[in-house]
Amino acid sequence: MQFYDVELASPLMLGTAQYPSPAILAAAVQASGAEVVTVSLRREASGNLAGQAFWSIIRDLGTRVLPNTAGCRTVKEAVTTAHMAREVFGTPWIKLEVIGEEDTLQPDVFGLVEAARILTEEGFQVFPYTTEDLVVAERLLAAGCRVLMPWGAPIGSGRGLNNIFGLKMLRAHFPDVPLVIDAGIGLPSHAAAAMELGFDAVLLNTAVAKAGDPVGMAKAFALAVEAGRLARHAIPMEPREMASPSTPVMGRAMLA
Amino acid sequence: MKIILNGEEREIEERILSRALCELDFVDAVVATAVNERFVSASQRSAIELNDGDRLEVLAPMQGG
Repeated sequence: MQFYDVELASPLMLGTAQYPSPAILAAAVQASGAEVVTVSLRREASGNLAGQAFWSIIRDLGTRVLPNTAGCRTVKEAVTTAHMAREVFGTPWIKLEVIGEEDTLQPDVFGLVEAARILTEEGFQVFPYTTEDLVVAERLLAAGCRVLMPWGAPIGSGRGLNNIFGLKMLRAHFPDVPLVIDAGIGLPSHAAAAMELGFDAVLLNTAVAKAGDPVGMAKAFALAVEAGRLARHAIPMEPREMASPSTPVMGRAMLA
Repeated sequence: MKIILNGEEREIEERILSRALCELDFVDAVVATAVNERFVSASQRSAIELNDGDRLEVLAPMQGG
């Protein structure tokens, strides 16, 4: 799996928010096998410098970081946040979020395309948080994106893959574009399903961070994405409407 | 001089952004800055002069999804 010339072995990308403690965050990242973690930028209180301690923990993980523009609602806000993130985190990667609706945290796809165009022209490597809309996907690729990150379900909802048909269409329509399910994953089975559909990776946070045992859940997700990927490569059988006996009928004893 | 630091009013002496950050206890901190909603890179900070009422945002790495 390759994102902008970077080869990654693990199809799991993990968020770093909402863990019970920094130690559990670090242990969960390790258990997940994730090579990429998402991070953010927030106001730093002078004299407290909580962000510095967090950054030290992340650097010790040795993973790549994917900074986000979470919470941004306008193109200007998202672009400025991306500039700030590039300087602080030292990476051209940006998980571009332009939020358009409060209840669903649905992306504002119009602003997203515009911000993606501006940022790719400035040398950013954009990971757009988008919907499964094919036309928006086309526009994002035309704007210079080389990865697409459609939602599975609203952020933090844990509802899994809400629109299997739409996601299948997206996969079929863009067979060579790296596709990441970002947001809405609640269970390892959702992540496995995403991989079985042929998605290249999944990005999740709350499902691990808010589990009773985040480290155990991180391990479960690692196994699930691997199982899903292996299943995809093994070419699943076609489902059928009627039963078909798996045990041979020939040679069955007549005992009735 | 009064500025708005991360949404809160602060009184500072230093006008040059790089010096103002030291005065505000951000010495050696890994932060990104914006003045009046415009990104100011680390290399530009010593050339930027703050004015009364300016809005300064100082952002640092934080948990994110």
